[in-house]
Amino acid sequence: MTVGAPIDARSELNEPTAPASMRAPSRRAPWWLWVAGGAILVPVGVPLVALFVRVVGASSEAWSILFSLRTVELVVRSALLVVLVTASALAIGVGAAWLLVRTDLRFKVAWGVLVALPLVIPSYVIALSYLAASGPRGLIADATGIPLPVVSGLPGAWLALTLSTYPYAFLIATAALRRFDPALEEAAAGLGASRARVFRTVTLPQLRPAMGAAALLVGLYTLSDFGAVSLMRFDAFTRVIYAQYSGRLDRTPAAVLSVVLILIALTLILAEERSRGRAAYFSRRATRPLVPMHLERTGAAAGYVFIAILVIVGVVLPVGVLVAWLLRGLAANQTVSVQWEAIAGSLLGSALAAFVAMAAAVPAMILAVRYRSTASRWLERSVYITFSLPHITVALAVVFFSVRYLGPLYQSLTLLVIVYAAIFLAQATGATRAALLQVNPSVEDASRSLGKGAFTTLRRVTLPLIWKGVAVGGALVFLTTMKELPVTLILRPTGFETLAVRVWSAADELFYARASASALVLLLVSAVPMYVLVIRNREFVT
Amino acid sequence: MTRAMITIVALALLAAACGGSDDGSTGIEGSTLVIYSGRSEDLIGPLVDQFAEETGVDVQIRYAGSAELAATLLEEGSGSPADVFFAQDPASLGAIALAGMLSTLPTGTLSTVPEAFSDRDGHWVGTSGRARVVVYDTTRVTPDEIPATEDGFVDQEWKGRLGVAPTNGSFLAFVAAKILLDGEAATLAWLQGIAANDAPTYPKNSAIVAAVDEGQVDTGLVNHYYLFRRTAELGDLLAENHFFGVATAGSMVMPAGAGILESAANPGAALAFIEFLLSTAAQEYFASETFEYPLVPGVEPFPGLPALASIPTPDLDLSELATVLDLATDLVAEAGLL
Repeated sequence: MTVGAPIDARSELNEPTAPASMRAPSRRAPWWLWVAGGAILVPVGVPLVALFVRVVGASSEAWSILFSLRTVELVVRSALLVVLVTASALAIGVGAAWLLVRTDLRFKVAWGVLVALPLVIPSYVIALSYLAASGPRGLIADATGIPLPVVSGLPGAWLALTLSTYPYAFLIATAALRRFDPALEEAAAGLGASRARVFRTVTLPQLRPAMGAAALLVGLYTLSDFGAVSLMRFDAFTRVIYAQYSGRLDRTPAAVLSVVLILIALTLILAEERSRGRAAYFSRRATRPLVPMHLERTGAAAGYVFIAILVIVGVVLPVGVLVAWLLRGLAANQTVSVQWEAIAGSLLGSALAAFVAMAAAVPAMILAVRYRSTASRWLERSVYITFSLPHITVALAVVFFSVRYLGPLYQSLTLLVIVYAAIFLAQATGATRAALLQVNPSVEDASRSLGKGAFTTLRRVTLPLIWKGVAVGGALVFLTTMKELPVTLILRPTGFETLAVRVWSAADELFYARASASALVLLLVSAVPMYVLVIRNREFVT
Repeated sequence: MTRAMITIVALALLAAACGGSDDGSTGIEGSTLVIYSGRSEDLIGPLVDQFAEETGVDVQIRYAGSAELAATLLEEGSGSPADVFFAQDPASLGAIALAGMLSTLPTGTLSTVPEAFSDRDGHWVGTSGRARVVVYDTTRVTPDEIPATEDGFVDQEWKGRLGVAPTNGSFLAFVAAKILLDGEAATLAWLQGIAANDAPTYPKNSAIVAAVDEGQVDTGLVNHYYLFRRTAELGDLLAENHFFGVATAGSMVMPAGAGILESAANPGAALAFIEFLLSTAAQEYFASETFEYPLVPGVEPFPGLPALASIPTPDLDLSELATVLDLATDLVAEAGLL
């Protein structure tokens, strides 16, 4: 076992030659699990199949776009950004999670909501706010008289995307830390390990599945982002893909380029799989509630400073810029109104997407974790691949498919919700997988050996144990759907409004006041479900 | 609890699936008109409301970017629910016209605006004009320093000082126009010169205008009206527009326009909507609210803008823009600006 904790020293979970006692009585998944898990392949797979069809029919001329030096350069630049953002988002997210779960810092609930909040700010809004705040004549220079260099290029893109994505690491690591068996740390401490050593050799390794899931989400999100990188003027690969859509009648080159993105995504996915190793992450014993660690004065001060900086950089500054724009616009007689329809649309679409994603993630991840096979592995990979595609690519593929084969479902809320769930499913499966890995399969075996069927076991044993982790996944889907734009624009029912659409529509035509008002409402409206779903969730309350 | 939740979700999805069908009545009052609008709701929403109120037409409007909607229409093909395509730029409209998806408009409608601002084959009509201009930082650049045409920006003295938006539809339409006017070789050479001059690239016009106003770049190639929008929001700016004095691709007035889908279920209401956009009231709205050029003769542009007739416009068939759009993208990529 990689975690180095003595209690649980064998590595049977993923070990092909594990003792039979630790396996499910039958290695074959029940048929209904395959039906339920396979059902998600339809929305997840449609964009992939549509791309495949278009690429197979591509002329050699379309392929030539792949083999230019510039393409190689952009792939390298995107990869660099992915590595930087993943490293910083993980470090920040896990650090904040540890502080707010395992220590006795005060006002944890309020800090928790604030630290997670940047997740719901569209990344292009974060980028816009930093561009407006910095620079020789930016808002900060106006207010203080100190001209600043403009935040842009690689540092700008790195900053904006780190702020947009560290909440993934924060929320997933928080959930994992809550499920953590303190006996492991206590044993290490009892054997004389220092606190730092315990964190490094016990806590951190136990967080590996959660960090892997978070790293994939962060990396793939960074890969698929267009708004922030283009505003920050960092030439990334998605920029070329979007250019194909605005500057070309022939959509084949865009499809060919998307294949490159899929290959990069697949590399990341396989790398993460390899690094998972064969470790087991569950405890054999019942877990006890955690006792928060007392931080001494210096430690506590450092903790508060870290959290405060995070909140200032991730929430206070962007919100400050939005408020400044709103006030300047109102002073210039711009009109702003509350968009109830957009609020309702955002909440409805996001809530439905979260439920659908949770319902799809459970069977898919039970297949992937408990009944590992080539098929179940590809099921999981395809979920991540679809997450890594630019949303416009997914949306247009769905248009092509649904206009021809789905008739009245085209431009319906049902289809929109299913596509939302499909593109964000990786967030739900990531959290679900991390939760499942922390459940000892022998508990399930016990249920089955007592004569309960696989379905009863799932419902009565597994689900109650993983439910909180699944809910975190659902919350992630909810919160990111709140800010989704390209799929909403193209696939929404005519007249269906969301706050993200309002923000984009206004910001695109320089209606700063209106865009700011909608963005602020988006934050407020998201903060409430964030509080209920994420922070009040038992997962987070000791 | 879980079961109740599943039931609620299932019912909501079912309800969603059932909604949204429309009746197929033919009279324009009470009929449904589906518009795909590449023009933002914040710009044209009030106009659409007015049309709906005056005619009693049930307007179903889908707002998104012009390029995204053009791509959507191409994917939909003849199965498109759209009646009207209302776009920001001639390239998006031209793409749909080239695909054979737009019907021919009546001559009476087409002749409302000068010939230069519509498709010569009659598939779409220009509804308002957007002049290509140079936006400049008044604290760093004076108008007489600005070159006579865009060609002067390849000089060494403009190194790093001209912002462009190479992935943006209106920039690509401008490049397409330059190909038609100056030829492929000259256009590629110009793009390479701009790239060699380390022109900073932005995702769109509005970002360039903001960057110039905030002192991050000295000049930029944009559409004229973003400056007016920004002024309306933020008060007086340090940026100003410069119009080229000679007819060149960089001085084009690119129309936003509209066409009727060949597959339209309600062509009557579609034509009524387009004619409404060409009415004096709507043209005055474009002048005062979106700061664009009204195209119908007799309606004045926003105060402070040079008269439309005074802008030197090259002789160009706008319907040809779409035919060289892919080439324009190829050249932009070849020059290393993508």
